[in-house]
Amino acid sequence: MITLEALSKAYEGRVVVSDVSLTIPRNAITVIVGTSGSGKSTLLRMINRLVEPTGGRVLIEGRDTRAEPAHLLRRRIGYAIQGHGLFPHRTVAENIATVPRLLGWDAPRIRARVQELLTLLQLDAATYADAFPHQLSGGQQQRVGVARALAAEPAVLLMDEPFGALDPIIRAKAQEDLLAVRRRFGTTIVLVTHDMDEAFYLGERVAVMSEGRVLQYDRPAQLLEHPADPLVARMTGQADRAMRLLSLTSAGEAAQPGRAAGPEVAADTTLREVLSQLLWSGADSATVLAADGTVRGHLTLAGILAHGRPQ
Amino acid sequence: MRAATVLRLAALALLVAFLLVPQRFAPLFAPLTQYGAPPIYDQGNLLTLALAHLSTVCLAAAASTVVAVALGILVTRPGGREFLPLSRTLVNIGQTFPPVAVLAVTVPLVGFGEKPTLIALFAYGLLPIFENTIVGLQGCPAAVLEAASGMGMSARQRLVSVELPLAMPLILEGIRLSLVINVGTATIGSTVAAKGMGEVIIAGLLSNNTAFILQGGLVTALMAVLLYDAMAALERRVLRGVVAE
Repeated sequence: MITLEALSKAYEGRVVVSDVSLTIPRNAITVIVGTSGSGKSTLLRMINRLVEPTGGRVLIEGRDTRAEPAHLLRRRIGYAIQGHGLFPHRTVAENIATVPRLLGWDAPRIRARVQELLTLLQLDAATYADAFPHQLSGGQQQRVGVARALAAEPAVLLMDEPFGALDPIIRAKAQEDLLAVRRRFGTTIVLVTHDMDEAFYLGERVAVMSEGRVLQYDRPAQLLEHPADPLVARMTGQADRAMRLLSLTSAGEAAQPGRAAGPEVAADTTLREVLSQLLWSGADSATVLAADGTVRGHLTLAGILAHGRPQ
Repeated sequence: MRAATVLRLAALALLVAFLLVPQRFAPLFAPLTQYGAPPIYDQGNLLTLALAHLSTVCLAAAASTVVAVALGILVTRPGGREFLPLSRTLVNIGQTFPPVAVLAVTVPLVGFGEKPTLIALFAYGLLPIFENTIVGLQGCPAAVLEAASGMGMSARQRLVSVELPLAMPLILEGIRLSLVINVGTATIGSTVAAKGMGEVIIAGLLSNNTAFILQGGLVTALMAVLLYDAMAALERRVLRGVVAE
């Protein structure tokens, strides 16, 4: 658990982050979303002290982050950034091994960890371990960046617009990977983005920031149904908030017992996608299949639409 | 083998052959002499002179490198930024002050011989290394530096394992430039009795012997060209992985 207490940052009188208090839960993805200049990156960078707060404090598992030198603190916190920041003069394996080396792990342990991460992120070790970053595609570089951030098994992973430079298809894949990482390691992830879709897709909790303040910190559905501030409502998109709400629920969660006529959809499809399929095919119900192919239940058009209204 | 490599090896062979058995080349230089003057420099061993010349240049370059790189690192650290204008002025003076003038100033202080030459070459060679070090260090991509700090490298670790390796191509280029400039400049050291190829040229000028002048000049030029190539090859070797993004 990460606790931000009345955190503030001012540069020569110009306030960038103002009195932010947040409790970030363990083993979840928390997204900080905001327009550029809202102070979201500064807030994130105060957690690992790349930026030193001018007021307030940060506690990680109850321990003040100022209790140890900043560079030692950072070795325990994963950090991934936009444009990956890989070391161009080091191979993929050496890049990933950066923090374990700083921590003085022995060579076999580092090798095993690099291997594990390359496998997890679907990079063939034989092909890529000894390649240099410039020999990889943008999506691969980004994955190596994430692998490097995760290398020393940090309990906390901070990500600053990690997928900002990727094209939409690779970006969706990278988001999937991140969810897989969270499931696999139970890492507490704090991610900064300006993309509301990304925030809603990844975030179990979302903090909306503007002008250095957190306007609302809540579950995505709450942000849509009960925006605390007109700006939150505007940023979350008034016009298509019903559709966004649908995209927060999966077919599996909403399924009613029994089979139905119409197309078959996977349980992890969002209701938004199911609705789109029904509109396209002209059907008014769909059968939901579990991952193993068995029938999980069914969805009707009316049932789906009910999920697009505030509960 | 590529043509360029063949040419380099040929140049090296020619240089070595001339320095080892200069008398064999006498017929070539004979037409340039008058009144039966010796066609090949005979007041000293050419090989010894060439080696002395090279060692003076290398020693001066080593000193320039240490000082210029250290200064370059200092002025690119947060605490040393205010020293940048001062350091730049000092280094620029080293470059603008003619080496001959440096010799004139230093001879009364340290006496004749190799010392004043070393000082002149040291001062003259600082600028390219210093400026290249700064450009190299400042040119490190911001995202890479941010990642290095974010990973938990201390300022020192970041400098040694990220910034300097990334700046290395430019630093080496600065050293190469400084070396090559000074191979030529070192000839003036002979005016204050430093051992070097300048001795041959000066002897030629004094005795109106074009053959001597040409020998001194050619050997110096060949050394400069070969040194330049050797450094370039060394750089390619050292930097095989380092590629700018």
